[in-house]
Amino acid sequence: MATSTMQFKIYRYDPDKDNAPYMQDISIEVDDVTDRKLLDVLTKLKAKDDTLSYRRSCREGICGSDAMNINGKNGLACLTEIKDLKQPVVLRPLPGLPVIRDLIVDMTQFFKQYHSIKPYLINDTPPPERERLQSPEDREELNGLYECILCACCSTSCPSFWWNPDKFVGPAGLLNAYRFIADTRDQATNERLDDLEDPYRLFRCHSIMNCVDVCPKGLNPTEAIGKIKEMMVRRAV
Amino acid sequence: MLNRIVVGAGYGLKDWIAQRATALIMAVYTLILLVTLGALSPSSYEAWRAIFANGFMQFMTFLFFISLFYHVWIGMRDIWMDYVKPDGLRLMLEIATIAALVGYAGWAVKILWRL
Repeated sequence: MATSTMQFKIYRYDPDKDNAPYMQDISIEVDDVTDRKLLDVLTKLKAKDDTLSYRRSCREGICGSDAMNINGKNGLACLTEIKDLKQPVVLRPLPGLPVIRDLIVDMTQFFKQYHSIKPYLINDTPPPERERLQSPEDREELNGLYECILCACCSTSCPSFWWNPDKFVGPAGLLNAYRFIADTRDQATNERLDDLEDPYRLFRCHSIMNCVDVCPKGLNPTEAIGKIKEMMVRRAV
Repeated sequence: MLNRIVVGAGYGLKDWIAQRATALIMAVYTLILLVTLGALSPSSYEAWRAIFANGFMQFMTFLFFISLFYHVWIGMRDIWMDYVKPDGLRLMLEIATIAALVGYAGWAVKILWRL
């Protein structure tokens, strides 16, 4: 069984014990065949030192729990191939959010912004017996939007979200806002656009596309934000 | 009450469009200026003056400066909004920006029409 040693530099902070965060150097033996993803190695690291804390759940890029800053770029540990990583692998919590412990951040602000865009279908007409149908073309509009797993990789790589997390909705929230604006079954399009037409909520986005660069699902929040702006222009001129 | 986060001023689209429109005007003016300077290649003060004594060039140059100042206003306000947290200080900086840009606009008129 072929093994090799991997070097890690991991952000550690336990507010009950540490006065300040520090970077811990750790090395670990990895199996060249079975250890493929960063999460596999984190599991081994956790077995070696059980004080190391991080979130994880599905281990296949669906739940969005194990988002972290990997060698300076946000991503999901479970989708990151270890063979692509430069060593020592530097692991930090997602930037811009308060650290609870080690790689775990407080996502309250992120979800507050997500909830602010009313992430549910608004339709006051009586529901039909089975379901509200869409044409395949209308349904097509939701592709590239509904896949968001709310891992927060995008919003926490966005400087506008770092500076104004309390006022700027952020790329994840705006992508989801457009998901409902684009939905032909939703009747609150105007109210949604009114809510977003704001110097802080929407227009803090300066289209630098950090969000697109990091999205582990390959989504494009900048494009969705552009489409929201386009709809506002069409409505106004 | 004082610490409640208030957001929802309900503007921004007009400025976002204006930012793009003014950029376009500035790009067109840059082309006109480059073509004019290339065609006439003024080598003396008088030749240079003659270009800007032309009514069309005065109009376009003035339009360029107005576009530039409006563009700068939107950009500077963005910077203050991004980085300056105390509301009072931000308001002061925004007022100072407007004051400077209005002053520059008057100055541009004075230079262009030799008032």
